[in-house]
Amino acid sequence: MEFTILMYLVPAMIMFGCGIYGFITRKNMIAILISLELMLNAVDINFAVFNRFLFPGQMEGMFFSLFAIGLAAAETALAIAIVINVYRAVRNVDIRQLTKMKF
Amino acid sequence: MIWSNILIYFVIIPLLMLGGLALCKNIKQVRAVAVVGATALMALAIYLVVEFLGLRAAGNDAEMLFTEGAVMWFEPLNIHLALGVDGISVVMILLSAFIVFAGVFASWKMDPLPKEFFMWFCLLSTGVFGFFISIDMFTMFMFYEVALIPMYLLIGVWGSGNKMYSAMKLTLMLMGGSAFLMLGILGIYFHSAPAGQPLTMNILEIASNNAVPHSWQYFLFPMTFVGFGVLGAMFPFHTWSPDGHASAPTAVSMLHAGVLMKLGGYGCFRIAIFLMPYAANELAWIFLTLTGISVVYGAFSACVQTDLKYINAYSSVSHCGMVLFAILMLNTTAMTGAVLQMLSHGLMTALFFALIGMIYGRTHTRDIRKMGGLMQIMPFLGVGYVIAGLASLGLPGLSGFVAEMTIFVGSFQHADMFHRVFTIVACCSIVITAVYILRVVGKLLFGAVQDEHHRTLTDAEWHERLSTVTLILAVAAIGCFPNFFSSIITEAAEPIMKLFA
Amino acid sequence: MELSYTVLVLIIPVFMFLFLGIVGVKLSKKAAGLLGTTAMGITTVIAYAAALTYFFGADQGQVVDGVRQQLTVLDITWLEFTKNLVIKIGVLLDPISAMMLIVISTVSFMVHLYSLGYMDGEKGFQRYYAFLSLFTFSMLGLVLATNIFQMYIFWELVGVSSYLLIGFYYTLPAAVSASKKAFIVTRFADLGFLVGILILSFYTDTFDFITLTSNPQAAISTAGGATFLGCSVMTWALTLIFMGGAGKSAMFPLHIWLPDAMEGPTPVSALIHAATMVVAGVYLVARMFPVYAVDATALDIITVVGAFTAFYAAAVACVQSDIKRVLAFSTISQIAFMITSLGVASPELHHGVGYMASMFHLFTHAMFKALLFLCAGAIIHAVHSNEMSAMGGLRKYMPICHIAFLIGCLAISGIPPFAGFFSKDEILAAAYANSPLWGVWLSVVAGMTAFYMFRLYYKIFWWNNPDYGHHTPHEAPMTMTFPLIFLGLVSIVAGFIPFGEFVTWNREEYIIHLDWTIAGTSIVIALIGIGLATVMYRKENDIPERLANQFRGLWTAAYHRFYMDELYQFITHKIIFARISKPIAWFDRRIIDGTMDLLANVTNSASFAVRRMQSGSVQTYVWFYIVGAVAVAAITIICLI
Repeated sequence: MEFTILMYLVPAMIMFGCGIYGFITRKNMIAILISLELMLNAVDINFAVFNRFLFPGQMEGMFFSLFAIGLAAAETALAIAIVINVYRAVRNVDIRQLTKMKF
Repeated sequence: MIWSNILIYFVIIPLLMLGGLALCKNIKQVRAVAVVGATALMALAIYLVVEFLGLRAAGNDAEMLFTEGAVMWFEPLNIHLALGVDGISVVMILLSAFIVFAGVFASWKMDPLPKEFFMWFCLLSTGVFGFFISIDMFTMFMFYEVALIPMYLLIGVWGSGNKMYSAMKLTLMLMGGSAFLMLGILGIYFHSAPAGQPLTMNILEIASNNAVPHSWQYFLFPMTFVGFGVLGAMFPFHTWSPDGHASAPTAVSMLHAGVLMKLGGYGCFRIAIFLMPYAANELAWIFLTLTGISVVYGAFSACVQTDLKYINAYSSVSHCGMVLFAILMLNTTAMTGAVLQMLSHGLMTALFFALIGMIYGRTHTRDIRKMGGLMQIMPFLGVGYVIAGLASLGLPGLSGFVAEMTIFVGSFQHADMFHRVFTIVACCSIVITAVYILRVVGKLLFGAVQDEHHRTLTDAEWHERLSTVTLILAVAAIGCFPNFFSSIITEAAEPIMKLFA
Repeated sequence: MELSYTVLVLIIPVFMFLFLGIVGVKLSKKAAGLLGTTAMGITTVIAYAAALTYFFGADQGQVVDGVRQQLTVLDITWLEFTKNLVIKIGVLLDPISAMMLIVISTVSFMVHLYSLGYMDGEKGFQRYYAFLSLFTFSMLGLVLATNIFQMYIFWELVGVSSYLLIGFYYTLPAAVSASKKAFIVTRFADLGFLVGILILSFYTDTFDFITLTSNPQAAISTAGGATFLGCSVMTWALTLIFMGGAGKSAMFPLHIWLPDAMEGPTPVSALIHAATMVVAGVYLVARMFPVYAVDATALDIITVVGAFTAFYAAAVACVQSDIKRVLAFSTISQIAFMITSLGVASPELHHGVGYMASMFHLFTHAMFKALLFLCAGAIIHAVHSNEMSAMGGLRKYMPICHIAFLIGCLAISGIPPFAGFFSKDEILAAAYANSPLWGVWLSVVAGMTAFYMFRLYYKIFWWNNPDYGHHTPHEAPMTMTFPLIFLGLVSIVAGFIPFGEFVTWNREEYIIHLDWTIAGTSIVIALIGIGLATVMYRKENDIPERLANQFRGLWTAAYHRFYMDELYQFITHKIIFARISKPIAWFDRRIIDGTMDLLANVTNSASFAVRRMQSGSVQTYVWFYIVGAVAVAAITIICLI
């Protein structure tokens, strides 16, 4: 079976859509974080795919997705740390309740 | 090299003070740094005057002196740190140095956060001095902003009464003026040279090019004039002044009324009139009407106020109105009068605010209805207040008379009947001034003691005396030897006013 | 020039003022008083030397072809407005300034001396002497002025010294408001003076007196017939300048400050508000007289104002009960005589005798009015009241004062051989020469003068003999009686000075010869006035009371000075304060400031309105973002298709 570019892009788009949906609707900060990861990974896939299909002789896309994965890991770690700290402080990770720092 | 230019040190010293203050650990060190810095500034200013007169005497009749060592800042817009002074800037620098000096002593017991207060104070002086020594429009504007912003914090943090409101109002109104100003400056910049030649921000070059098209002048002149006019308390953009002054701490009121408001007058003439003589001539009548109103209106308004600071704020509106009024008369004598009035108003208003601050610090009220007979209790402050009042109502021998008479005589030399009639209207303010000054003096100082608690109050302390005496001497010096100052100013105003001859 | 030492009469007092003002508090009262008096003594000697040298001294160019010259012995540039308009501070010696030197220094020295006794024990004694020095300095500077702006400068300084001295008892509300009133009223008049100077200098391009007066015709014609509101600008200028003079000299309707100014210490009233400062207006007109003489309209205005004031003030003086007020109104009336005399003077009429008469009267009046005030001071000192009702029969207790006061009264009433007779006679002669109307008018006023002065005299020294209790009045100390004796002697002999030889409008000699018809009439009128007063007031009786009841309305109106003060009060408080200042202040706070606040509030509420969108919730933002992105994408696609 021939693998066309579309077969990669459609799942990536679905993943991205799920990520956005989750990001908008979830109340739990962890869930939001997971949605964020989904979106990032969808983009990573796109990078790799475009690189593979459009510029097969070059590696920039691949490197960029690797770089983004590393960055995502760091970002998640930081975000988790913040979430944990927030939880410790207010015993809650519901994003709608966390209005203490507003205005 | 710019370091060989004496003028740059007027900016360096306050910045050094700022650094020094940051390192201070206690109030004693703060005071030491402030006094040393202020004294150095005053010495430098006096030295500058001597140097300047020496150069002039030696026959150096360039329009601006001490222009060596311009430094490029931002190439695409041709912004330089370009310095230079003429007679008018020299006297303004001298004035600023005096007021900074007196201001330091007036805020000797500043509480709380004395260190931070003096740091902002230094930043403010940096802006003021920088403004007077620059001849590059943009640099001038930058220093202008540097002088304005600290005002917000100085009033907001150290003020009294409804201070947040006043600080906000003052800053926003002046910023509004700045917005006009910015537009005006950029407009001038883009028309600063005839087509095909490089554009410039340098005031002298723009003036000698005289390339701003007349149609643009009609637009840019009101922009810049109003922009600076807001700071010069021009009717109807003066309302920041009463509230701002009423809330500001003593030294800030002094510096603000004494020097900052002069930035307005100075800017009006150095940028609006100097660079756009055509529009100045054509549109002067509009602004003359406004400033003429300012003069009488401010005075009438002061007559019924009951807060000491409001009275002086409105009297400042009247006196500063006179400055702009005289500038718009567009002749040498009136211009000289305007600068003299800036000097005189600067010194005597600073004196007023210093004394009001000292009285307020003792009685904790500024309402004249709640005070009375203070002359018996604090004779030194009382006498100081009377002298300031007499200067304000134009007693010969003090600075107010000299300035006002020069303005009146100069304005009346105008060939046009409209201008002369308006001059007479402005003259009326001398009577109204007498009314409100004597009203205050009578209520506040004379008569029986109003509040028995005031009997235990003490007279001025040494630092307050020093501050007061410095200013009184300066006021008397201008009043007794006016020709010294007026000749310096006239000689600077003459070439500029030739544009209108 | 040899006479340049005259400048010392300015330097010594101003130095004394600064010295006593700054370190006075550290000195003892006695030291300060003696120092001030000594300095004034030296000043007096110098002033006499200068004046006598000018009139009689070896020739230094004072007299050329029988005309006394105007000598500018010093002229320092003080402030340069333009090339020609320069304020100079200088010393101008001519007949009138030399005469004024004598008047001012004499009276001032007497008052200094007198005050040693009168002000003894007062708080602020040092300050008092400092202010007296300031006043002397300013007044001398005024009369010696070489140009009109110098005169204006010293004019203002005189006003301030007067303010400070009237308000000397600054804890008393009456004194404070009187000083305020004096300053503001004269300031208002000075506004006219200033505008007059501005107009005059605009057309003539000079401030200098000599330039102005040496060729007045040319000065006037520079205006080129320009008019303003139907009057020639020069008439405006001269009238406005006269307005300044009218303010200082308390001419109707700017006279209201002078009676109140009596709140000051009595020696001050004698010096400033009787002898010297109040005649500044007369001096001003005299100084500019050649210019005025060209402008008939201005002179007419001066005459009318003067004549009316003379009558008005005399009428008010007849019913006042405060002895200082009576003297104050009599001063107003007498100064109005001088002003009228200048007004009716005209070079063509009778050799311009009015000018000489005016100056002569100024000279004699200064002496006898100072005498009267100093006597009044001694009386007040003795009975501790200003009211006539607290006095009576004082001739037994204070003989020296009594004689001195009588001399003063006879002098002011114009009884020969006292000084006032000669000068007043010249004024009447000048008035009759101009028009019989003014002559008769002034004669009537002269009669009233005799009446109210003797009313005062009898009320103080005769009338009844109230019970002073254990507080028996007694003669004042020597420092106070000496000035009385001295001024009394001067008041007797001053009339015999051949004044016309020294001071005339064209500075040529003029021989005074009494016109016995006029002199005789005026003596008779004066005697009638005195007789009337004798009948009514010599002994306690009810004639005055009955008369007052008969003309109740008139009497009350005169007692309240024809309600001029109330009128002013109404104008300042009800109109200027309530109808102008208050609305302006309101307008400023509500409308102007309100507009600014409105702008701020609109911005504020607008931002409150959009604040909802700034919820801080990232999820909402993402919604907005996505909707926006989709919309943009959709639009782009639609456009592309």
